[in-house]
Amino acid sequence: MTWLAGHELRLGWRDWLSLMTAGRRRRGRTVTIALILFAAFMHLFAYWIVAGYANANVAPDTATLVGVTGTLLLSWSLLLSQAMESVTRAFYARSDLDLILSSPISARKVFAVRMSRIAGAAVIIAVLLAAPFIDVLALRGGARWFAAYGVVAAMGAVVTAAALALTILLFRLVGARRTRLIAQIVAAVIGAAFVIGLQVAAIFSSGSISRFAALQSDWILTHAPGPGSAFWWPAHAVLGDPRALLAVIVLSTALLGASIALFSRRFGEHAVAAAGVSSAVVRQRRWSSGFRRRSQARVLRQKEWALLRRDPWLISQTLMQILYLLPPALLLWITFRNGTDAFAVLIPVVVMAAGQLAGGLAWLSISGEDAPDLVATAPITPRRILWAKIEAVIGMIALVFAPIVAVLALEQFFAAFVAACGILAAAAGATLIQICFRTQARRSQFRRRQTSSRIATFAEAFSSIAWAATSALAASGTWFAVFPALIALGILAGVRLIAPAPTN
Amino acid sequence: MIQSSEPPVALALRKLTKCYDRPAVDALDLTVHGGEFYALVGPNGAGKTTTLRMVVGLLKPDAGTITINGIDALADPVAAKQITAWLSDEPMIYDKLTPFEYLEFVAGLWRIDAGEAQARAQELLGWLGLGPHAHERCEGFSKGMRQKVALAGALVHDPKLIILDEPLTGLDAGSARQVKNVLRERVAAGGTVIMTTHILDVAARMADRIGIIASGRLIAQGTLDELRKQTGAAASSLEDTFLTLVAEQVAHPVAAE
Repeated sequence: MTWLAGHELRLGWRDWLSLMTAGRRRRGRTVTIALILFAAFMHLFAYWIVAGYANANVAPDTATLVGVTGTLLLSWSLLLSQAMESVTRAFYARSDLDLILSSPISARKVFAVRMSRIAGAAVIIAVLLAAPFIDVLALRGGARWFAAYGVVAAMGAVVTAAALALTILLFRLVGARRTRLIAQIVAAVIGAAFVIGLQVAAIFSSGSISRFAALQSDWILTHAPGPGSAFWWPAHAVLGDPRALLAVIVLSTALLGASIALFSRRFGEHAVAAAGVSSAVVRQRRWSSGFRRRSQARVLRQKEWALLRRDPWLISQTLMQILYLLPPALLLWITFRNGTDAFAVLIPVVVMAAGQLAGGLAWLSISGEDAPDLVATAPITPRRILWAKIEAVIGMIALVFAPIVAVLALEQFFAAFVAACGILAAAAGATLIQICFRTQARRSQFRRRQTSSRIATFAEAFSSIAWAATSALAASGTWFAVFPALIALGILAGVRLIAPAPTN
Repeated sequence: MIQSSEPPVALALRKLTKCYDRPAVDALDLTVHGGEFYALVGPNGAGKTTTLRMVVGLLKPDAGTITINGIDALADPVAAKQITAWLSDEPMIYDKLTPFEYLEFVAGLWRIDAGEAQARAQELLGWLGLGPHAHERCEGFSKGMRQKVALAGALVHDPKLIILDEPLTGLDAGSARQVKNVLRERVAAGGTVIMTTHILDVAARMADRIGIIASGRLIAQGTLDELRKQTGAAASSLEDTFLTLVAEQVAHPVAAE
C-alpha cells in the first residue's frame, strides 16, 4: 500500500505541475512568480472583504452562525462538484487502470489509496482557497481564526465521502454506461445550484441579488436551529471553539474512512463495469434524405452547431454559465412586475455571461476541432475557415441572448441597445482572445481548456468584466463608460502582442 | 516532333526542406507520375510523414517547391487541395456525426455537386461495407470502421492525388483488404496514390515504385527489382533490401546518396 500511495502522490504532483505549467517545463520559475503574485493579490482581496469582521467581537448568535454556515455550505457545494469530477474520473480514466487491474493487487486497495489521494487533493484545494481569508482574519483578529483551517480541511474530507457515496449510488441506480455523464452533469449542477438558489431566494425575499440577504432573512433566522444545536458545530469551530473543532475533525475523518471502507468492496466491480462501457449505437434521424447544396462556410457553421447540439456533456458544461443568468433574469421579471429600475445590475451580468459563454464556444469551435487535418487540407483558405467558425460562435450567442435583449427592449429600448452592444463586444473580445491563443485539442478536453493558457483565461475574464462595466455605465448614460471600454481594448491589444506565433 | 511517352507528373518535390532541431526533410527531390502507386518506406523518424504533411499543406516547408498536377502548391494551396486527399494513420472523424453526414460535410468543403457527391458516397459506403452503419453516429465505431469512414471521406471528392500515411495500421485482415482493393481501383481509374507504410510486404505487392527515405533524404527508389539490383542481391526480399540500404545510409551517409 505504501509504494502505491507514493506512486499516486508522484502522479498527483506531476499532474498538478502539468496543470500549472500547461506541460511546459521551462515555465517553472514564471509559474512560481505568478503564484506568489496571485497569493498576494488574493490576500489583498481577502483583506478588502473580511478585514472589517476580524476585530469585531463576533458573538455566536443565530445570525452569525447562519452567515458562517451559509458561507461554508457555499464553499462545500463547489468543492463537492470538483470532488465528484475527480471520483468519476478515477473509475473511467483508462490511463493506468488496465495495467493496475490486470496486476495481482486487490482493486479494493488500489481504489482505497486513490480515493485517499482525491480526499487529500480536496483538502489541499479547500485550504489553499480559504487561506487568504483565514490569514487576514488571524492577522487582524487573533490566532483563534486559525481554527478555520481545521474546519476547511474537514470539509475536504466530507466532500470526498459525499462524492464517493453519490458516485457509487449512481453506479447502482443507472449503471456504468450512464454514470459518467450523469455524474458530470450532477457535479456541474451542484456547483451552481447553491449559489443560484441563494440568489433566487434573495431576490424573492428582498429584491436584491446578494446571497447574504437571503441568509439573513427573517424566515431563515426564525426557522434555524438554536445556537446549541450540533448543526452549528462547524460554525462554532470556525469562530474558535476548540471542542467544536475537535468534534468536526473527528467526525469528518471517521466519515471519510467509513465511506472508503464501506464502498471499497465494490470499487473493482465498478471499475471493470466502467471499462466495459462502449458507446451505444445511436441512429441519427435526418430532416432530409439526401446531401444538401451549401456553401463551405455554411457547411462549417452547421457542423459546429450539430456537434454541440448532439453532445449533452458539452451542452451542460457550456450552458452552466447560462444557469448563472437565471437570477438576473428573475430580477428582470420582478423589476417589470414592480416597476423599479434594475438595469444597472442586469446589463453587466448579461454582458459578463455572454463573454464567458463566447469564450467557451470559441474554444470548442476554434481549438476543439476533432478533425483538424481534414479541415486544414480542404480547399478553403484558413481565413475563411476562421470566419466561418467565428460566425458559428456569434450565431450561438445571438440565439441565447436575443430573447433577453428583446424582453429588455420592450421595457427600455436604450438599455436593450446598450446590452446588445455589450454582448457583441464581450463575445467578440472573448473570441479574439481564443483566436490569439488557439491550440489543437480534442473537444473532450474542454474542461481543461483554462489550463492551456493562464493568460488567455485571465484576459478573457478581465475583458468580459471591462465590457460589463462599460455597458453598466453606458446604460446609466455617463461618458465614464469610455474608460472601461479603453481598458477592454487595451487588454485585447495586449493579448495580440503577447500571443504566441502560430506554429507550422 | 517527338512526343514524350512519359506519363504526366502528379507530384514533384524539389529541394524540399524542413528543419526542427535537426533536418527532418533534407533537400528532398521526388517525382511521382500520374496513375502510379508509390510507396514511401523508411525507418521511424526518417521524415516520411513530415514530407507528406508538407505536400498536403499541413506543414510549411523551410525551402523547396511542391508541384501537384502542375499546380504550385505553395503559391496556390486552395487549387492544389481541391485535387488532393490526405488520410493520416489516426483517423480523425467527428464522433457525433454519422458516416453519411461526415461525407456530406467533406463534399460541402470540397464544393462537390450534392447529387454527384451523394451517389459517390453511397457507392463508397457500400464498397467499404459501411452501408448498414451509414446513419449511425461514429462514436461507437471500432478503429477499422473509423479508418474506413475517413478513407471514404478522402475519396468522396474524387481526388487526383491520394496521400495516405500508414492507412493499414490497426486494421484487421478483412478491413485491410477492403482498403487495398479501393486503392487499387483508384489507381486503375487513373488516380495517383502515395502511401507510407511499415508493412514492407504491402509495399512490395501493391506499389509500382518504392521510395526509401532515411534521415530526410531519398536514398533509393524504383521497382522492387531495381532496388534489389542496387544492393546486388537479386533474390532478396524487400525487407532485406530495405535493411541493407538503410544500413548503408547510416554507415556512409554521403556515399549512399
